[in-house]
Amino acid sequence: MATISRPVAGEIVQPRRSAGLWSDAFGRLRKNKLALVGLFLVITLLLTGLFGPIIAPWPYDYQDLEAVFAGTGGPLPPLTAGHILGTDQLGRDLLSRLLDGARISVSVALVVQLVIITIGVPIGAIAGWFGARLDNILMRFTDVIYAFPDLLFIILLSVAFRDTAVGQAMDGLLLVFVAIGLTSWVTVARLVRGQMLALKETEFVEAARAIGVRDRRIVMRHLLPNGMGPIIVAITLGIPSAILAEATLAYIGIGVQPPRASWGSLVAEGQKYVRSEPHLVVFPAIAIALALIGFTFLGDGLRDALDPKLKGKQ
Amino acid sequence: MTTTVETTPTPRVTDQKVLVQVDDLKIHFPIRSGIFKTVKGTVKAVDGVSFDVRRGETLGLVGESGCGKSTIGRAMIRLREPTAGTVAFDGVDLGSLSSDALRKMRRRMQIIFQDPYGSLDPRMTVGSTVSEPIETHGLAAGQAKRDRVAELLTLVGLDPAYVNRYPHEFSGGQRQRIGVARALAVEPEFIVCDEPISALDVSIQAQVLNLLTDLRSRLGLTYLFVAHDLSVVKHISDRVAVMYLGKVVEIGPPDQLYAAPGHPYTRALLSAVPVPDPTAERKRKRVILQGDVPSPVNPPPGCRFHTRCWLYERLGQPEECRTVDPPLVAISGEHQAACHFAEESVKSDVGVAHMEERSIRHGTPTKALESLAGDAARGNGNQGDPLQTPGGAMEALAASLGAHLPSPGAPVADLGAPGSSAGVPGPDPEAPNVDPQPPAPGTRPS
Amino acid sequence: MQQEPVSTEDVPTVIDLSPDEARREHQEQMARQEAERKDGALLQVRGLSTHFNTPDGVVQAVDDVSFEVGFGETLGLVGESGCGKSVTALSIARLVPDPPGRIVAGEIMFDGIDVLKLDSDEMRKLRGKEIGFIFQDPLTSLNPTLTIGYQIAESIREHMGLSQKAASDRVVDLLGKVGIPRARDRLDDYPFQFSGGMRQRVMIAIALSCDPKLILADEPTTALDVTIQAQILELIQTLSEEFHTAVLLITHDLGIAAGMCDRVNVMYAGEIVETGTVDELFANPQMPYAWGLLDSLPRIDDVRGERLRTIEGLPPLLINPADACRFSPRCAYARDICREQGAQLTSRGSEAHLARCWATEPEGWIS
Repeated sequence: MATISRPVAGEIVQPRRSAGLWSDAFGRLRKNKLALVGLFLVITLLLTGLFGPIIAPWPYDYQDLEAVFAGTGGPLPPLTAGHILGTDQLGRDLLSRLLDGARISVSVALVVQLVIITIGVPIGAIAGWFGARLDNILMRFTDVIYAFPDLLFIILLSVAFRDTAVGQAMDGLLLVFVAIGLTSWVTVARLVRGQMLALKETEFVEAARAIGVRDRRIVMRHLLPNGMGPIIVAITLGIPSAILAEATLAYIGIGVQPPRASWGSLVAEGQKYVRSEPHLVVFPAIAIALALIGFTFLGDGLRDALDPKLKGKQ
Repeated sequence: MTTTVETTPTPRVTDQKVLVQVDDLKIHFPIRSGIFKTVKGTVKAVDGVSFDVRRGETLGLVGESGCGKSTIGRAMIRLREPTAGTVAFDGVDLGSLSSDALRKMRRRMQIIFQDPYGSLDPRMTVGSTVSEPIETHGLAAGQAKRDRVAELLTLVGLDPAYVNRYPHEFSGGQRQRIGVARALAVEPEFIVCDEPISALDVSIQAQVLNLLTDLRSRLGLTYLFVAHDLSVVKHISDRVAVMYLGKVVEIGPPDQLYAAPGHPYTRALLSAVPVPDPTAERKRKRVILQGDVPSPVNPPPGCRFHTRCWLYERLGQPEECRTVDPPLVAISGEHQAACHFAEESVKSDVGVAHMEERSIRHGTPTKALESLAGDAARGNGNQGDPLQTPGGAMEALAASLGAHLPSPGAPVADLGAPGSSAGVPGPDPEAPNVDPQPPAPGTRPS
Repeated sequence: MQQEPVSTEDVPTVIDLSPDEARREHQEQMARQEAERKDGALLQVRGLSTHFNTPDGVVQAVDDVSFEVGFGETLGLVGESGCGKSVTALSIARLVPDPPGRIVAGEIMFDGIDVLKLDSDEMRKLRGKEIGFIFQDPLTSLNPTLTIGYQIAESIREHMGLSQKAASDRVVDLLGKVGIPRARDRLDDYPFQFSGGMRQRVMIAIALSCDPKLILADEPTTALDVTIQAQILELIQTLSEEFHTAVLLITHDLGIAAGMCDRVNVMYAGEIVETGTVDELFANPQMPYAWGLLDSLPRIDDVRGERLRTIEGLPPLLINPADACRFSPRCAYARDICREQGAQLTSRGSEAHLARCWATEPEGWIS
């Protein structure tokens, strides 16, 4: 009932300091405890990705064979001197390998989302703004991509381009990341298109057209900033699935090559010893879970903070 | 904006006074459904409408929701592509213009929207909203642009100090003023006002209505005033067009159209408008239309109104109403109606409020105005309150007595001056709590 | 617009009442109501205060509101958005969302029952059976997934204990009464198959389904076109007379109040600022806010071209209002006393006509 909320916020000019919508959103985000937990986890992950190898006690590929042979000859358990999280069967320090793996997860997050933004946002924006036949063509194209089996597509791409410059970059990881991005921009494209379609009909866009603002400027200045909230949320929430996709690929042996390891391939390797040495699976799995939780909480928090329906309730 | 290059029909020889000429305008929306988006029908939102808007006049366009009035308003400034027919602005067929030429033309025609919440970009400050048209047409830059924005905000009665605020910080009435400032930024000649006050509260409606009237006389604007409220349209318009189901059924000067409507639909509309006067309400002869407006997909044959027409029933359901679509024909002078039996309608006294029997408004009593005028004369009025100043009180008193005293200020100074009668916006009349200098002590608890 | 074919059964009617007849009828009506009023009120609201907790503080949406509604009487509650008129109605029905809202003080007596003392079960029985509702937006008030017939019958079965068959007959009867043609054929239709006006008719049928003593109508025609509005208002008027139902009509439209109500309360900033019979109030308003409201309306029966006199400014925030006349910041006639002390509702000539204004008190400066 609008009449109830009116005396609270409707007709009254808020006496507080003038604040932009973005800073309002940040204010709301700060009040959300889960989102702050998410933000903390995400920042920790980013910092680990940046400085992990520096703070790591050992190089990720150093084999502490002495310690291994001093023990049972198998992987060292956690809390062994010098190896807090233990080692694998080759005596490589698990903590150091996890810290190095964080790099891969962070790069996955960045590269994949970059690909998604550069492909998904323009396609969605063009389809939504121009509509009609162009919309139809672009959307059927996205349907095809959507329907194509992701895994097959990624494997095909990584095989086809293995010997090119892109295929060689970052030990072949870049190609895998790009391939993941190429299969997952569809959701964002659809979201952006939906946003464009809804915003295109608003009166403020009509007003801009009446003024004679050029199409490109309307899209850049009115549509995208207003559609930004849900896009940011989608991208934040998309990062966990990218990290998961990388882990899945690593698990089946695509992507990162030994001796480097991502969290996914660590799980894959550790699985062999899961009965006797569960820590080799548990710690990478915890790392993956924390990263996913971090981005998910942050994404949910952003969604609440940026939701225009909540405006005025504050 | 898509460019449609059409073969321009030879323009009609037009009166110099005509600013916008709408000729046999049709706007149909296809209804598509199914996987293949096949056209299943057509909504005939506007179905053959012709009229002129003269330079400097306000043409009111009234009708119920879905009658096509807003669609016409948008087509007149080419925000909608017509299905058929032309809109000529100052003799130029808008459909013949290239997209660049049309963009330039947009400097001369603007629109003010109904929804003060939806018509402003929530992510843009007031300053950028109002300066966007200035930038788009390269009218000013730098300090000159900022000065112009401040001038525009003052013009619509807002404090220029608000440039860096966002729309959500303003009330509905203030937002509507921002929308007006944006429309005025390009110095247009013609403004389509699409239900500009119907989303506002009663007291705020009057403020915005007064603002629009002031701007019209001050800037020499031409308005198309689209509304569903017949009282508002009567108040502001020089001529009124009534629409029903995509057609204009009656058009004419309000004095004639409201006193002796030539179309039974106009009469029914008039009779349905509640009057804030219990005595008049009891005295009026009412006609209550039965049923709903038919669908614009399949409008009734013949006269579109015959399915709900009280006159048709009274006259024993004459056949031509069902078969022949009546054209607009002159009743007297400029007053035209599209009814086969317009004379019968004119003769009837259904629905018209009894104007001649009421001379005083039941608003502010004369004694109150006298008290104000007395206060002002003694100089113990509350300075800063518009009505309390001598000019305001005197003019209000004079207005209530049916005469008009000249305003104390020069006409141009009229707008911002606090003395010019009650409704004129001073700087930001609506937000005393954010005003650096509140007009009255104890304005409002913060 | 729904694509609803117009029924040929809908014969337009013209109600021609000569002024004399209308006057006589009106007088009779007034006499009837006078007799009823002596029998006591159906609804008595005493000192009602409803507050809302918001992040900015406690909003006193309704503050010390008292009024009565007689049996069969139509009382108007008039004011702009945020004045507390809807919250007053919701408080009477105990439908204020809690939290954030709360009835903090007052007494509501409905036909001898202390409404605020009822438990939620008893309250549910009262709502729907004794008190019917008509809201502004008929689309959101109806459940889109249930048929019209079911939704009307629901409340009848619930409150009147009728059998399926009897309930269904009553539904058809009601739909006919509210002017829905071919009612029996439309029982299995869903709300989306009805136009706005028809949906509002269905809402009225639901409101009347259990012969309530009071109908709370909150802006019942605001979402409708003017010709449909006239239909619905006429319907409410005739049916409330036929069923002898009292109506609390909440509206922002003074014209509707003038045409429909016996008495009118004008609300501003959570308070009743003026109350009286329609004739007294519209002929001789006693509060500058009421003057301003009447002045700012362009009228269809007006001489054209006059500038509208407006009320400047905005209604106040209702957080910790000071002890002052709440309209004084916007009032052209305000003097020091208005800003220092809130005025009381005091009599203006007749027993029924009260106003809250220092200036129009008998000793005031405009009297």
